[in-house]
Amino acid sequence: MEITLPQAVFLFLAAVISVFSILTVTTKRILRSATYLLFVLFATAGIYFELNYSFLGAVQLTVYAGGIIVLYVFSILLTSSDSQKVDKIKNSKFFAGIIAAIGGATLCIFITLTHTFPVSHFVTGEIRQKVIGTALMGSEKYQYLLPFEAISILLLTCIIGGILIARKR
Amino acid sequence: MEHYLVISTIMFFAGIYGFITRRNMLAVLISIELILNSVDINFVAFNRFLFPGQLEGFFFTLFAIGISACETAIAIAIIINIYRNIRNIQVKNLNELKEDSVNNAGKE
Repeated sequence: MEITLPQAVFLFLAAVISVFSILTVTTKRILRSATYLLFVLFATAGIYFELNYSFLGAVQLTVYAGGIIVLYVFSILLTSSDSQKVDKIKNSKFFAGIIAAIGGATLCIFITLTHTFPVSHFVTGEIRQKVIGTALMGSEKYQYLLPFEAISILLLTCIIGGILIARKR
Repeated sequence: MEHYLVISTIMFFAGIYGFITRRNMLAVLISIELILNSVDINFVAFNRFLFPGQLEGFFFTLFAIGISACETAIAIAIIINIYRNIRNIQVKNLNELKEDSVNNAGKE
């Protein structure tokens, strides 16, 4: 069967996401977990680019892969102790995790694949930046000025809160 | 479109497994990031395939990325503060933060 190029790209991104997200939660060393998370975030940005959401892909790369991963790496290096003995997970937690994950995944994948979605036609083409800009800053019915201001207040609160929590006593 | 949803389901349940199983608090936070990213992929896929003329899924994802950045920053600040107090960030050692804990007899 012939695979078109968008399908090949999608298969590659899907494989990267699946493999690395499972590796993220099963590896013993936390810094490797952060590295695998970086690959997952890159592949997620790739999916956004493939679906023609370039602005969202750029935001994902900047905020997640550029900001949050650096935050995680620094905090891992700040809080790692050399004598961390990795003891075995309690069996009850392991089995609970496995049963919840595999059972839930099977159920959700079954429901997803058997449900018929009313799929419209795939509209190719980007969203123009002007449309995004007017929608983000407008106050009409389907526009997002209020969440924009709310998230700016939230960011200010988190900056102040983070500094207060982690300051040197 | 279902293939996008299957990918995000795998990522979501990997995050849930990591959230239940991991002992390091930062690993629990990384699992939460996986869960949030999977939900973002879901929103974007629904927006592109089911509602191509509208932008709600796109903007929800945008704001969800911003909010999860805030939440990660605050959670890491709290974890660093915990590390300063008990020199350990395993989940099972968190009850040493209590004042009347027997282990805290020699500290402060």
